[in-house]
Amino acid sequence: MRIEKVTEEAPGVKTFRLDFTDDSDRERFAFGAGQFGEYSVFGEGESTFCIASSPTRKDYIECTFREAGRVTSALARMEAGEVIGFRGPYGNIFPLEEWKGKNLLFIAGGIALPPMRCVIWNALDMRDWFKDITILYGARTVDDLVYKHELDEWGKRTDMKLVTTVDPGGETADWKGKIGFVPTVLEQMSPTSSNTVAIVCGPPVMIKFTFPVLEKFGFDSEMIYTTLENRMKCGVGKCGRCNVGSVYVCKDGPVFTYRQLQSLPPEY
Amino acid sequence: MRALQEKAKELLESGKVGVIIGYGNGSGERVRPVFVRNSADVAKLVSDNRCRLNLSTYLFKPELKKIGRPAIVAAPATVKSIIQLISENQLKSSDVVTLVVEDDAVVELGDNASLEAYSASHPVVFPPFARKEIETIAGMSLQERFKYWQDELSRCFKCYACRAACPLCYCERCITDNNRPQWVCVPSHAQGNFEWHMNRAMHLAGRCIECGSCTIACPVGIPIGLLTIEASRIVEQEFGFRPGLRCDAPSALSSFKVDDKESFIV
Amino acid sequence: MTFITRDNLLVFLRSIIDSGKELYAPQLRAEKIFFLPVKDVSSVVFDYVQTVESPKELLFPKVERMLSYHYVDGKMNVTDCSRGQKTADRVLFGSRPCDAIGLKTLAEFFRQDIPDTFVQRRQDSLTVVSMSCAGSDENCFCTSVGAGPGDSTGSDVLLTPVRDKRYLVECLTEKGKFLVESEKELFDEGEEINKEEYLTKLLQTFSHKEIAGKLSGAFNNPIWDEASLRCLGCGACAYVCPVCSCFDIQDEGNSRKGDRLRCWDSCGFALFTLHTSGHNPRPTQSTRWRQRVMHKFSYMPERYNLLGCVGCGRCSRACPADMNLKEELNALDHILEEGRQRVEERQ
Repeated sequence: MRIEKVTEEAPGVKTFRLDFTDDSDRERFAFGAGQFGEYSVFGEGESTFCIASSPTRKDYIECTFREAGRVTSALARMEAGEVIGFRGPYGNIFPLEEWKGKNLLFIAGGIALPPMRCVIWNALDMRDWFKDITILYGARTVDDLVYKHELDEWGKRTDMKLVTTVDPGGETADWKGKIGFVPTVLEQMSPTSSNTVAIVCGPPVMIKFTFPVLEKFGFDSEMIYTTLENRMKCGVGKCGRCNVGSVYVCKDGPVFTYRQLQSLPPEY
Repeated sequence: MRALQEKAKELLESGKVGVIIGYGNGSGERVRPVFVRNSADVAKLVSDNRCRLNLSTYLFKPELKKIGRPAIVAAPATVKSIIQLISENQLKSSDVVTLVVEDDAVVELGDNASLEAYSASHPVVFPPFARKEIETIAGMSLQERFKYWQDELSRCFKCYACRAACPLCYCERCITDNNRPQWVCVPSHAQGNFEWHMNRAMHLAGRCIECGSCTIACPVGIPIGLLTIEASRIVEQEFGFRPGLRCDAPSALSSFKVDDKESFIV
Repeated sequence: MTFITRDNLLVFLRSIIDSGKELYAPQLRAEKIFFLPVKDVSSVVFDYVQTVESPKELLFPKVERMLSYHYVDGKMNVTDCSRGQKTADRVLFGSRPCDAIGLKTLAEFFRQDIPDTFVQRRQDSLTVVSMSCAGSDENCFCTSVGAGPGDSTGSDVLLTPVRDKRYLVECLTEKGKFLVESEKELFDEGEEINKEEYLTKLLQTFSHKEIAGKLSGAFNNPIWDEASLRCLGCGACAYVCPVCSCFDIQDEGNSRKGDRLRCWDSCGFALFTLHTSGHNPRPTQSTRWRQRVMHKFSYMPERYNLLGCVGCGRCSRACPADMNLKEELNALDHILEEGRQRVEERQ
């Protein structure tokens, strides 16, 4: 696929907008929110990122990644116009059909907003399927917030509510959002669990403290969704890396309910 | 054997050590590493000529370090590896109680001096086959030697048992684990195998104390120890340095002396 | 029943080579037995218990090229190696019943969901001629994993050594029949015999079905720490195992020309599950040992109804630290049974 556009989201974090180099590929391609792909640089290898754009936007896909290892460093050196490889889509999807008529509560932290962005935009693009939509997003510092333009856009919309927060000490002088860790701010929001689906994604420590808050407010573990990160290579459940219990995160996930997670050994 | 078990009991009961790293009976005729923590289990310890795997590789295992100060049942090569590890600042003689078994008497080597004295009076006896192999290979032409190693290394599948069994391969992140750059190819094709073994021989040159654990560990029977032994012998020839003898020895290949010969570059 | 003499068997093997097929059979190397390509049938060995490596390489090689790429005239040309090339016709001779089951299980695993063309192609062009076991050693435990020294599952032809250097011949599949019939004058018909009499007696020491049930509650049991103390974290057990299938994907070459390869990997290595962030879901050897046993005896049966172990004992023989899977499973069975009984008594 060709890199159409490169956006610097935060220090070390970039978004690529990609388009197929082959028209017939573009026509045949379809995916659901939650799925991921294997993005490759020949000679370096492949790296796993979710598709961060919504399936309702047809002419491109987007991915967001942090420069951390061999392949992501090679990708970070690339510019618009260059070609990278793509394999996918793999994995399961967020079951939006099942969420029709419900309220949606999205909770994300830091670099974990990208795996949720696909489903957020998907929901916003099919707005009348759902009742109230709320997004709670936090990062360590103001600089670390990704998709800053979209946060502005979401903040201005009247058909949804956006709450942003940074960790104590991460605020700037002109920061207008909340200050506090995501689980703390969530608690302050007193979320209603009735007829609501919660979708959570974040670093392990944030998830660890968020689930109990949701349970405290009456969320059933079947109504809490998350998307898991694990070391993946083949993406099709063969190489064994992402195997957790009898499940393969690449095949049976990455989208899981909290109820499903509870029955898995804690090896992710 | 009885003396070893008595000594083990004494060390455990006095609290001087938390675990005895030794050998016990294993599957069939084999021996296996055992870790005795209770004096009731000292009967498990054996000591005979089957006990060849160098146990000092276990001194770095995090799970064992957590148990407490170890005592280790040591063959002469094990003592040499402990000395070499001390000289490389990986251990202090007070970190481990070294036990050597001779004619059913057990000697505790508790400090650098006693370790060195033991090592000096006990040259390593490498298995007879190895000496013969080294002589045979030395008599081959370069092409013949290359063919010999091509054949042997074609069986290698990069399980890294040789690295795991070697007490001097203690890097927390081995050169093969790096991918920026990928110094050593991962796959076990001819190039990948050669890269790994040549690298290992170079990293062990001047450090290999000839315990033969790598050869014992290799599941496909490659006499891999021959490479590291030969590398160390070349270092001895060229620099007059033998590993495993002195606890304060400098590193052969990374120390600089003003009178180092430079005949190969000047 | 059909039989063949040792002499005729060697002629048969010779004819396989002469017909243009590749023949793999047990041969001596460095005082151990390996499955190797045969040039001279007199090098085939018969008197041994087990080979060092499994024959899984014939389906799942140590290094396999999946694609190659070449940037030419402003365009990246990618060659998909799963298409086009025909795989050579091969015959595997002398695999044990456990090996044949291993090959079948491995191929079945690779067929799940998105079928693996590389493995399938190789299985399609492979004929498996196995040899039942007249002997076994302390590492074997096929009878505890639902198999046996004369089991015919996964073989195209199964030979059983009977008296006087003669072998009972069972043709089990069309492929097997085809191979045997191509040289049928080498085979003779003989009296009915009881095959069981000629097989080694291997006592069943545990039941894999019961173990699977017990393992599902054993994740947090402290047994894993004790058992894995001497494990050195190398890949020997995974690599000699007929069923282990974990792999790595590596690019070799530069940005303009190179290959994407698949090569063997092991869940026993510390880096296997390491995230780039530094987080490792299996940070200790104990968690990795647990994964090995649970994956083979609990997760694979639960997910695919496939058992991940054939009881060949190679892992135990190859292990430098003498980790003995049969022993560990018996101990596990015992400890978990005791635990279960204690819980029942309390209730």
